[in-house]
Amino acid sequence: MELWFTEKHTENVKFSIQVDRQLYASQSEFQRIDIFSSKEFGRFLTLDGYMMLTEKDEFIYHEMMVHVPMAVHPCVRKALVIGGGDGGTVRELARYKAVEEIDLVEIAEEVVAACRQYLPQTACGFDDGRVHVYYEDGLKFVRRFENAYDLILVDSTDPFGPGEGLFTKEFYGNCYKALRADGIMVNQHESPFYPNDAMAMQRAHKRIVESFPISRVYQAHIPTYPSGHWLFGFASKKYRPLEDQDVTRWKELGIRTKYYNEQLHKGAFALPNYVEELLEKVE
Amino acid sequence: MSMLDQSRAPILEALEEMKRNRLVPFDVPGHKHGRGNPDLTRFLGEQCLAVDVNSMKMLDNLCHPVSVIKEAEEIAAEAFGAAHAYFMVGGTTSAVQSMVLSVCKRGEKIILPRNVHRSVIHIMILCGAVPVYVNPDMNHALGIALGMRLSEVERAITENPDAKAVLVNNPTYYGICSNLEGITRLAHAHGMKVLVDEAHGTQFYFDRDLPMTAMEAGADMAAVSMHKSGGSLTQSSLLLIGPDMSEGLVRQMINMTQTTSGSYLLLSSLDISRRNLALHGQEIFDKVKELVEYARREINQIGDYYAYSRELANGDSVYDFDITKLSVNTLSVGLAGIEVYDLLRDEYDIQTEFGDLGNILAYVSVGDRPRDIERLVSALAEIRRLYKRDRGSLMTAEYISPKVLYSPQDAFYSDKQSLPLSMCENMVCAEFVMCYPPGIPILAPGELITRDILEYVVYAKEKGCSLTGPEDMEIRRLNVMKGIRSAGNN
Repeated sequence: MELWFTEKHTENVKFSIQVDRQLYASQSEFQRIDIFSSKEFGRFLTLDGYMMLTEKDEFIYHEMMVHVPMAVHPCVRKALVIGGGDGGTVRELARYKAVEEIDLVEIAEEVVAACRQYLPQTACGFDDGRVHVYYEDGLKFVRRFENAYDLILVDSTDPFGPGEGLFTKEFYGNCYKALRADGIMVNQHESPFYPNDAMAMQRAHKRIVESFPISRVYQAHIPTYPSGHWLFGFASKKYRPLEDQDVTRWKELGIRTKYYNEQLHKGAFALPNYVEELLEKVE
Repeated sequence: MSMLDQSRAPILEALEEMKRNRLVPFDVPGHKHGRGNPDLTRFLGEQCLAVDVNSMKMLDNLCHPVSVIKEAEEIAAEAFGAAHAYFMVGGTTSAVQSMVLSVCKRGEKIILPRNVHRSVIHIMILCGAVPVYVNPDMNHALGIALGMRLSEVERAITENPDAKAVLVNNPTYYGICSNLEGITRLAHAHGMKVLVDEAHGTQFYFDRDLPMTAMEAGADMAAVSMHKSGGSLTQSSLLLIGPDMSEGLVRQMINMTQTTSGSYLLLSSLDISRRNLALHGQEIFDKVKELVEYARREINQIGDYYAYSRELANGDSVYDFDITKLSVNTLSVGLAGIEVYDLLRDEYDIQTEFGDLGNILAYVSVGDRPRDIERLVSALAEIRRLYKRDRGSLMTAEYISPKVLYSPQDAFYSDKQSLPLSMCENMVCAEFVMCYPPGIPILAPGELITRDILEYVVYAKEKGCSLTGPEDMEIRRLNVMKGIRSAGNN
């Protein structure tokens, strides 16, 4: 018997993983949630059939989302994670002792419950006492804050379906307002490779550029995401991602990472020409 | 009390039966179930083209319904509490015009609010009816027209006892309802018919908490835009009549201007939507009310914006309010409604129904999701954060009382001459001038052109309003009645 999970990366490209067995399936108000186990990638979570994370490569995404801004901002005390119901992002954040409060807003309670049960590798992040989880629409949650957070991490799904509102100009504007005067926002920024993803990436970039004085993009290699070439957005009111990277301070924290390091931090902002061109077109 | 089965949809059933019979079409339309026009079929879908068919025995005929259309209309009439319902395929424009045609002949008077839909002015040109305008009450703080005061209607009736009918807009675009029952009682006591432009009121028929419907109030005719809150296809509409109207006479009037090739796409959409509303209407509009109430609360919390509701009620010109309408006043943000409307579309990819001088209207229906409401609220909050300015010289909406000297028909078909605006004072206008925003008629054929009106036209043009109606699209000139100049009384 062969059981395969398949996601269409485009109309003409499929990506498949052989499945050992399905551990969980449910339909929430917002999306279908599935968790599988596999030989090659360990357990993996999909929402509406789109790959969210696998145990084997999630470290790349979560480390890059968290450690890049944390090595720039000198003193994050209060952080907000929007999305990220698997817990991986808060797990990385919780490794910083100076962080006092971590709020996480996830629209679907079922995602958190399922991950707590079947994906302890990431969901262990929820066990930290500084983490408070709110089950709400992210756009709605962030609207009510002004000058409240040092760091906002937008760990969203794709710009269609329930995550749609997290790619809009009004959302980025609300994040700007919710950040303190030296705040940083990092967001999952889609991929530059396939045309539909590239278009979503450009739209997001355009709106962030309109909302923040500093807006840069960096990359990582994530094998299970479409094309494997993935981008993150670094938007900020004050700090610049390279000029303000504080290598000494970050090294002193002694945080052991599998993907991120201070050299890679610099290299991640060096983008291929075609990506620079896509970004320049909307700046 | 229901006698007819609201779960039926006779036109839909007949179309399905026709498909099962696999008729060979040697009749129009020439696309023959789409086969003759592959590009169109690819675009609209085979299902759709297969039922774009002509009247035939099994499908009845809209001009003279005897079978399935008749049945569907009877079921609809019952659902709406009407003596009869007509399926209309020329929009609510055609339903409104058929109402006027049914009660007014050439030279007969009709009492109506100045903020009538342009379709009413057009039909008066065609049928020769003479308007008696009642200026709607205004809420100057919000810059919106309200309903007609009962006392104003009474004055118009006393001054014009020969008038044949009273026309009421209920609710207005903004959700304002008049004292429909009071107006109806008054008009009937003077032997006048009551016509209701209920274009924005389909939901009233299916929700027990919403304001009174025209049929409940005892009105004689009502034009209901099923394609707005009712969910049917654009251009489909219903005309309802009460027990004192002649079903056959109204049909004759409808047939004077309505197509003889009524679209079965539109007809079936009316049938299916009526079924859906009759079976699930309360649940649907409960959901809409919940979404709108939530949006109103959130928008009012942003600050400066005012999403108004039932608190506007004053027992007269705002007799009731349609709480499914999400109208938001923007003046305290220092922005005109039309500016917020443009920002929402250009900067936030949100298309609202309209913006006028001081308000925007977001149309909320059963098709909306909570997360779309969140986007609207957040975008409004952002617009305030980024664009708020002092309330400068924002334009206000004014109704200038018209002086009707000739019937619209006499003026429109008179010997006309075209004059530059500056030479039009004290002449009689021979065409229609509409200003948007705020969407008020400035002149109709037969009305005196006063200095006030000319100044308003120039002012509105400067403010970037779009003026429509006249033959000269640039509105540098107006058509006026040739050789007729009023003594100049103002």
